[in-house]
Amino acid sequence: MTSEGFLLNLILWLPLFGGLVLLWMGGGREAERLAARRWSLAITVITFLLSVVLFLGFDPTDTGFQFVTDVDWLGGLSYKLGVDGISILFVLLTTGIMPLVILASWDVDKRVAQYLAAFLILETLMIGVFVALDLFLFYLFFEAGLIPMFIIIGVWGGGRRVYASFKFFLYTLLGSILMLIAMLWMANYAGTTDIAFLLTHEFPSEPFEVLGIELGAGVQTLLWFAFFASFAVKMPMWPVHTWLPDAHVEAPTAGSVVLAAILLKLGGYGFIRFNLPMFPIASDQLANFVFALSVIAIVYTSLVALMQEDIKKLIAYSSVAHMGFVTMGIFTATQQGVDGAIYQMISHGFISGALFLSVGVIYDRMHTREIAAYGGLVTRMPIYATVFLLFTMANVGLPGTSGFVGEFMTMMGAFKVNTFIAFVAATGVILSAGYALWLYRRVVFGTITNPALETIEDMTTREIVIMAPLIAATLYFGINASAMLDVFSPAVADLLENYHAAVGAPESLLIQPGDAAASTAASAAH
Amino acid sequence: MLTTSPTPVLNLAAAAPELLLAIGALALLMVGVFRQNQAGALLVHWLTVGLLTLAGIAAFLGGGDTQYAFGGVFVSDGVSRFAKVFIFFGTAIILILSRQYMQRAKLLIFEFPVLVALAALGMAMMVSSADLIALYMGLELQSLSLYVLASFRRDSVRSTEAGLKYFVLGALSSGLLLFGASFVYGATVSTEFVVIAERIAEGEPNVGLVIGLAFVLAGLAFKISAAPFHMWTPDVYEGAPTPITAFMATAPKMAAAVLMVRVLYDGFGPTMVPEWQQIVSFLAAASMLVGSIAAIGQTDIKRLMAYSSIGHMGFALVGMAAGTEAGATSVLVYLAIYMTMNLGVFAYILTMRRNDVAMTKISDLSGLWQRDGFSALCLTVLMFSLAGIPPLAGFWAKWYTFGAAVEAGLIWLLVIATVAAVISAFYYLRLVKIMVFDEAAEGFDGPMGGEFRAVLGLSAAVMILFVIGGLGVTEMAADAATIYAR
Repeated sequence: MTSEGFLLNLILWLPLFGGLVLLWMGGGREAERLAARRWSLAITVITFLLSVVLFLGFDPTDTGFQFVTDVDWLGGLSYKLGVDGISILFVLLTTGIMPLVILASWDVDKRVAQYLAAFLILETLMIGVFVALDLFLFYLFFEAGLIPMFIIIGVWGGGRRVYASFKFFLYTLLGSILMLIAMLWMANYAGTTDIAFLLTHEFPSEPFEVLGIELGAGVQTLLWFAFFASFAVKMPMWPVHTWLPDAHVEAPTAGSVVLAAILLKLGGYGFIRFNLPMFPIASDQLANFVFALSVIAIVYTSLVALMQEDIKKLIAYSSVAHMGFVTMGIFTATQQGVDGAIYQMISHGFISGALFLSVGVIYDRMHTREIAAYGGLVTRMPIYATVFLLFTMANVGLPGTSGFVGEFMTMMGAFKVNTFIAFVAATGVILSAGYALWLYRRVVFGTITNPALETIEDMTTREIVIMAPLIAATLYFGINASAMLDVFSPAVADLLENYHAAVGAPESLLIQPGDAAASTAASAAH
Repeated sequence: MLTTSPTPVLNLAAAAPELLLAIGALALLMVGVFRQNQAGALLVHWLTVGLLTLAGIAAFLGGGDTQYAFGGVFVSDGVSRFAKVFIFFGTAIILILSRQYMQRAKLLIFEFPVLVALAALGMAMMVSSADLIALYMGLELQSLSLYVLASFRRDSVRSTEAGLKYFVLGALSSGLLLFGASFVYGATVSTEFVVIAERIAEGEPNVGLVIGLAFVLAGLAFKISAAPFHMWTPDVYEGAPTPITAFMATAPKMAAAVLMVRVLYDGFGPTMVPEWQQIVSFLAAASMLVGSIAAIGQTDIKRLMAYSSIGHMGFALVGMAAGTEAGATSVLVYLAIYMTMNLGVFAYILTMRRNDVAMTKISDLSGLWQRDGFSALCLTVLMFSLAGIPPLAGFWAKWYTFGAAVEAGLIWLLVIATVAAVISAFYYLRLVKIMVFDEAAEGFDGPMGGEFRAVLGLSAAVMILFVIGGLGVTEMAADAATIYAR
């Protein structure tokens, strides 16, 4: 293990250590609760700072894995960690969001120590998914994350928490066990579980028939579907998205933030890490299938979002729609499409996280998420109105916010491959403006009709502190897109080169990373 | 001509743990007969614990190569030693855990520990059998002891019903087994596994052999409570006194599964793997589905654990169906982990008493987290492990069996296993939900005894720590299974 590898290990395991200490500390008395809060905040902040150090030492021009640790482990597997241009940003996103999540849970009073411990343990598991370079290590982290989230929703959630937690758990479990079988087959076929090796390994793609159904890419198709089942549920894609609104509505604010900002990204990360590079022929053949599901998600869930009466549900459906852009972008297999998908995921991390935090702000005061209960907030809460407006606009994809860059790039990628798909996806942008602005109008504008709102207070310093980094990130990456693109573009270009070599696609779809960064930076600056 | 019979000598050293246990159990029976009071029974109880521990140590230390004894009908090799270590120590732990329950129920008489020891002896002979007749002897010694134990509470209708039911169906299955064995003998003119395997390898498998195989498997399936031969399990689990249920859910499962490996891998392998793979796969699929679906509606935790054991046996059979070295390893690992999980869960079930009455309803666990955080945490870990969620040991158990099955190309079986795993996750989660999410019910009696706390805590700790190199168990199992390397 190199000293660099040690840093990555530290980032990975520090939150778990913090969580275990918390469980042992307990949180009965008020002083203990405060100590528990401060402890978890310190742990998450230190983890974030460490990951910034990691990022500063990262070389984006090297498309391989860096900070690698490789130790032999149980059952012929290896404990192998490392980051590349794609995963390091997700690590930063995770470690960056967590301190805000802890701050947002400052007022939770029910079993504080266990609550915070669950989040810290979850942080380790989420980072683990992004840095694991062994197939089964990945699976381990991917799956184990279900346990803390199940408990967070089930214990600290709202009224139908039990229903929501079960639905969340069983939906995701079914998908991931199918993936496990595929992984076992791959390990058996390739003789290794090393992801870096598997990325360049070719799996058989001779067509054959199963139960009378012709599989265009043979084994690759089956493997592709097994991974797809898992990631599509996690993403979530239409039609397996129904667990998400339930989970979001019932989860506590901090749980919703983690779910929207980080957990949903595991699916997209999985598509980029597994489906696209490992099964290129199947991906190529099934791209239209994914496009179809993606545009249905974009249009249909946007329409559903229009009809929601619960603020959290509305934002949850809007998340499904935005994830539709991500899946569409990934399977265009173009530089812009995949770049845009990653960009969209990171930026959705800030924006949806901030939106759920915004809902949390008013929920903490009014204890209702019903849109009809609000209205005219702007008169009592000017700061809140401003913040909420910014993130509503970012959610719509207003140029100048990070939400625009991702959506625009994915559509550009889609346009190159299939004009019609890009056309339908673009209507989703209009619809998103519809539901987001309408929500904003109903909650913030107008006159106060609910007498309970007469005494509502504006955002506290703590709430402003939570929002400030998210505002900064949303605006900064909205203007200076190349700051982020330069990190992952080379890795994406490398991935796509292998992909097109396997598929044999025309050269015209391949654009060099430098061009892509330049063109999107130019378009984002409009 | 039986020329291949290996080392036809007595070779008592190979059977040292069994001899120790047999002589010890008979001696303790004498002690009990001559000191017929509570103190005497307690003495016999603790001496039996010591005896089992000694036997366990003897089995653990008795390394070395494969050794035959009693003219080749008894074999001591890696697989049998692995199983014996778990059987003896597991039985000793069950005895320690059952003292309090049996005393309170006024059931702690000296016959109890002696019968348990004899059952353990039967199991040890099962896992060491290298001959159809030795197999039957071991099986009957174990089964007869268990029949008596199941009906140990003589004044309870449920308990006697459980014992009788177990006995009648057990006798039927023994009959099936013997019937099948006679066909096998007819086809191969031998009862020794080594010779049977050779005869099979020489010629084409004929109809008589296949019929014999099917009947032997049916008899064995009954013993490991694989569907569709599982009917007795829930009733016997529910009716028997809880310590006996705990016993039946741990060591005998290991013994019966390893016995099945012996028959299939030693006797009918490797030539006849395709023939029995179909049967075992079917048993596996049926058990997994029955175990997971039927458990959903249960309200009694002992019945729930019965269905859970049916389902888990199904998963173990998935590995067994592979018919390879990896398959044998996976069965050993699975059973070792399964035993550990069950020991932890039953350690808690044994302490569930309210106003000095044993409680077995799942709803009695309601809100356990608020009453007893330690137990709730341990049980939650165990439930997630039983559901097979990584990184807990229960996941690794499934990992090894699934891996073996993939190697053997049994993908269709794995798809069924997937569905069953998700369904079974539901009821384990329901237990977690009841313990962690729900409002607190009335508490249980008094502080938990130290032995229960220790077993529960240790078993949960093993579930978590297994991820660090498998705690040596996986290597032990892999070493043991090298005898099936081809």
